[in-house]
Amino acid sequence: MIRVQREDFDAGAEIERLARGKHGIGGVVSFVGLVRDAAGGERVGAMTLEHYPGMTEKKLAEIEAEARRRWPIEDCLILHRYGRLEPGERIVLVITASAHRQAAFEACEFLVDWLKTKAPFWKLEETPAGSRWVEARAGDDEAAKRWSAE
Amino acid sequence: MKLLYFAWLRAKIGIAEETVDPPPSVATVGALLEWLKRRGPGFAEALKDLSIVRVAVNQDYVPTSHPLKPGDEVALFPPVTGG
Repeated sequence: MIRVQREDFDAGAEIERLARGKHGIGGVVSFVGLVRDAAGGERVGAMTLEHYPGMTEKKLAEIEAEARRRWPIEDCLILHRYGRLEPGERIVLVITASAHRQAAFEACEFLVDWLKTKAPFWKLEETPAGSRWVEARAGDDEAAKRWSAE
Repeated sequence: MKLLYFAWLRAKIGIAEETVDPPPSVATVGALLEWLKRRGPGFAEALKDLSIVRVAVNQDYVPTSHPLKPGDEVALFPPVTGG
């Protein structure tokens, strides 16, 4: 499942909804990404997440399909927020559920790594020196690449 | 052809989207980028380093060799920073 929304989410409620009634699930893994209050030594007062409506959903659906092709996932959710967010606020939620934990752990990590390099989102940070667009990190590309040999 | 600009590309170019009708010689993404660069200082500034410009045609990532056709939706944006 894919969701792109401005509103906040409740990770516990989403896990409950995803797993309810599916008794083949033996393990659920979740990742919640939060807004930090500092980046590169500077204070970040808030950030605004911009995205490309349409392509975002298309890329997230492709990433989900790829995870389902690689691991025996019973179900999964990728939920990404957009708009203005303050430090401590939740940005992204990824949940994976599988019969056994290993597939759920690996698929969750894969989904987070891939969405960071493929989903069309951009962060604009507000700092005391003004607003600045966050630059892509080489480390994110490296993290995504380690899955590409499979 | 519909063009969309995101993040700092939008800020430098000054608009979020437009419809353009480039000459027939603009047959690939690479040719479109070169054509756009000559449309004004904002475009030239936004497109001066193409190593940090990503292109999607009809919502899929494409290389600069990708052919273009009328009616395509072409989006230009920086490397993504979500998650």
